[in-house]
Amino acid sequence: MHWTEYFFPLLQGAWVTVQLTVYSTIFGAILAFAAGVGKVSPNILLRGISIVYIEVFRGTSLLVQLFWLYFALPVAGQALGIDLRIPPVVAGVLALSLNIGAYGAEVVRGAIQSVQQGQHEAARALNFSPRQTLTAVTIPQAVPEMMPSFGNLAVQNLKDTALVSLISLGDMTFRAEQLRNFTQDSTTIYSMLLLMYFGMALILTAMMRALELRVSRWRRAGA
Amino acid sequence: MLFGLEWDTSGPLVFAVSILPILMVGLWVTIQATVLGFFVALVLGLLWAVLKAAPSRLIAWPAKVITEFLRDTPLIVQLFFLYYVLPEFGILLPAFMTGALALGLQYSAYTAEVYRAGLEAIGPDQHDAARALNLTPVRTFTHVIIPQAVPRIVPAMGNYLVSIMKDVPVLSVVTVLEMLNVGRIIGDRTFNYLIPLSMVGGLYLIMTLVASAALRQLDTRLPKQGIPLK
Repeated sequence: MHWTEYFFPLLQGAWVTVQLTVYSTIFGAILAFAAGVGKVSPNILLRGISIVYIEVFRGTSLLVQLFWLYFALPVAGQALGIDLRIPPVVAGVLALSLNIGAYGAEVVRGAIQSVQQGQHEAARALNFSPRQTLTAVTIPQAVPEMMPSFGNLAVQNLKDTALVSLISLGDMTFRAEQLRNFTQDSTTIYSMLLLMYFGMALILTAMMRALELRVSRWRRAGA
Repeated sequence: MLFGLEWDTSGPLVFAVSILPILMVGLWVTIQATVLGFFVALVLGLLWAVLKAAPSRLIAWPAKVITEFLRDTPLIVQLFFLYYVLPEFGILLPAFMTGALALGLQYSAYTAEVYRAGLEAIGPDQHDAARALNLTPVRTFTHVIIPQAVPRIVPAMGNYLVSIMKDVPVLSVVTVLEMLNVGRIIGDRTFNYLIPLSMVGGLYLIMTLVASAALRQLDTRLPKQGIPLK
């Protein structure tokens, strides 16, 4: 096989990688906001759940989480009498989102806590409810602070998608493995694969920068 | 059976107890890979940091591209590359060594940034003061810069040590028998993945919680003003 013939299968895998990255980054961001806000919540139950979630998913390895969801969860379901067998794509997106969401939650918490105390006092003076303060005062000012870290996490997430090839999801790394088994041309295939991931990471970084610029106007004037 | 060790599947608890020793063997491999990978990352990262700070753009620019490339590509792909491509150039390394090298390479891009940030945090007035005291550049580095940079660098490096530990399971793809791989083999042989994989997760959680507590302790004890000399 000529090296140009590797492109088509790799691009098929690249599409799966892109989809996985997009879905798990979006779900991860939702989880990050939920757990990040939960961790600074006055409600002890919400805070407890958020802390346990963050510690468990930051404290264990992503591959352990992925294998647990894919191999161990069905066994747990069997013991409980329910069918918890999930298709690889669900296990992959779930593990990636839960993992990146836990890292993102710490970013969200840090950014929320970086909003000055005077802002909260001003909101109270204006008779804002705690919910209004959170959504209209705290979060809009915290989001620009989160963006640089979110950019790093998005690239981290892109790299992490490569692990789903181990539960037989046909992403870019999986396709490359298939090609290597078929042709034994490791050097060419893996060089192409590395360059394709690098290209995707550069594009993703540029996109996150653009997003960062867009939200930077939410920053407090003069800050 | 694994390495001739028997395990008892008659009940969940006895099963858990019977597989604990073999998981510990895997844990030991995980720790060894972590330490070796961390060592490679510390050495290579320093090299990148020095090259990136080089006055000549001909040296600094390639170093920047290399570290960006190492940072932006997945560990598992770098590992496959080393594992399958190095032998084609006549470099035959055991899987464990290849794995530790891949971990070190990936994290060297991160440690390079830690070194850079640590060195840059020391303001120009320190350099000026050293010059005013007529210290040679070497003495400035060993007696002014290093003692102040080390306390800033250590906590960040500790975080990467923990991150490396969490990435060791990736080495299982090139047949390294680290803890997750051992847990999975037990699952393959007994059709019970729940107990071994949950134990692997639990052991990881214990290790990272202990490590972060130790790092917090270390952080409070580090001399923030720099290491006192004599």
